Amino acid sequence: MIPMFITAFIVGGLICVIGQILFDVAKLTPAHTLCILVVSGSILDGIGWYEPLIDFAGAGATIPITSFGNSLTHGAMSEAEKHGFVGVLTGMFEVTSSGISAAILFGFIAAILFKSKGKV
Amino acid sequence: MVVKGLLTFASMPIIASTGVTGGPLERKSPFAEGFDKIYDDERSKLSTNEQGHSKMFEETCMIALSKIDLLPSDVDFLLIGDLVNQMTPSNFCASSLQTPYIGLFSACATSVSSLLIAALLTEAGMSTCAIAGSGSQHNAIERQFRYPIEYGSQKPLTSQWTVTATGIAAVTPYKTGYPAIVSGTIGRTIDLGMTDPLNMGAAMAPAAANTLQRHFEGHGTKESDYDVIMTGDLGKNGFNIYRKLLEQAGIKTSTKFRDAGAAFYGDDEDFQSGASGAGCSAAIYFSDVYTKMMMGEYKRVLLLATGALLSPMSAQQGDSIPCIAHAVELIMK
Repeated sequence: MIPMFITAFIVGGLICVIGQILFDVAKLTPAHTLCILVVSGSILDGIGWYEPLIDFAGAGATIPITSFGNSLTHGAMSEAEKHGFVGVLTGMFEVTSSGISAAILFGFIAAILFKSKGKV
Repeated sequence: MVVKGLLTFASMPIIASTGVTGGPLERKSPFAEGFDKIYDDERSKLSTNEQGHSKMFEETCMIALSKIDLLPSDVDFLLIGDLVNQMTPSNFCASSLQTPYIGLFSACATSVSSLLIAALLTEAGMSTCAIAGSGSQHNAIERQFRYPIEYGSQKPLTSQWTVTATGIAAVTPYKTGYPAIVSGTIGRTIDLGMTDPLNMGAAMAPAAANTLQRHFEGHGTKESDYDVIMTGDLGKNGFNIYRKLLEQAGIKTSTKFRDAGAAFYGDDEDFQSGASGAGCSAAIYFSDVYTKMMMGEYKRVLLLATGALLSPMSAQQGDSIPCIAHAVELIMK
């Protein structure tokens, strides 16, 4: 149990370090950093490396945004096996739909309940 | 007559009164005691940040005018500017005050460019009272130039914090007992190819150094003639670069060299490199510097407001940041 927490912390932390380096050293904008991490996760799954990383690090690999890219590819590939080329299009959002819906729903609720403010 | 941007005001127009206001966070500034009003709500209880920005402009003008018992209808010119697209906060303020108005954009150097134009109109005998000044509102400006506040984007150490503050000065013909505007230098736009909008201090430093050297050479003055030489919003990072540039040019940078942006929030590290925004220099010049001149602590000062003349579009397209600095010299007899 405890070693699992440690590997999750280290792997998840390293993914964040990569993001921070892209941000601070390469001087990319937050949007560019986010896109690069999503695309990297997607490519890593395409060549079959992301699943072993999840098996090894658990939440350390599923919580960072790279996991979203992984899910996109994963859904596309599994549906493609079942339904051919159309499956690529339907599959992409099959696995990720819960995450996207949650972002829209919770964003909506927060926008109704709160008003944004500066730091005071 | 060739003046090359150098101005001399023989009639010595004065700053008869000032008004300075700040937002709730500006309470943390060591200069806050000298502000006329601190708002508890940065939107002044209105529905948008931009409306709050306009309201702040309007009330700050009224504060400055109330100190010399004038009404907006007594004022000849309103010369103000801000950083919002097309300067709508200034425009709405002008619409409400109904004073003849020209909106001025020199980014964060508007505090001094407006003061120089007010002095020119007074010198020409066409103004008995002109209002000059500039302001900024943190949320409205950050959204425009960087990211919306609620996005919570990380900021590098070189970035500066746009102040919520407005500084207004009422310029009138000469009377004894008030700080007089004696000379000025209109800056040249300097662009050394910096493209990072989160490091504007470094982009503006060469413009400040250039205008200072031109002012010294053009008016035959030197650093020891002044009690304080205060730049606008170079921030801690830009201020260090500016001092290095001056040292290289053979100008000694003593403690009389100060920067409003670096000093605005004291040494609070939450504000990274310090303050910026069109209200930053205006608020310090028209509160701290003005009061010290009125009390006789400063006899002769040089104010060197700095501005980064970028637009969100030019920054997104990767263009460099043209920068400017305007200088005004005040004396207290």
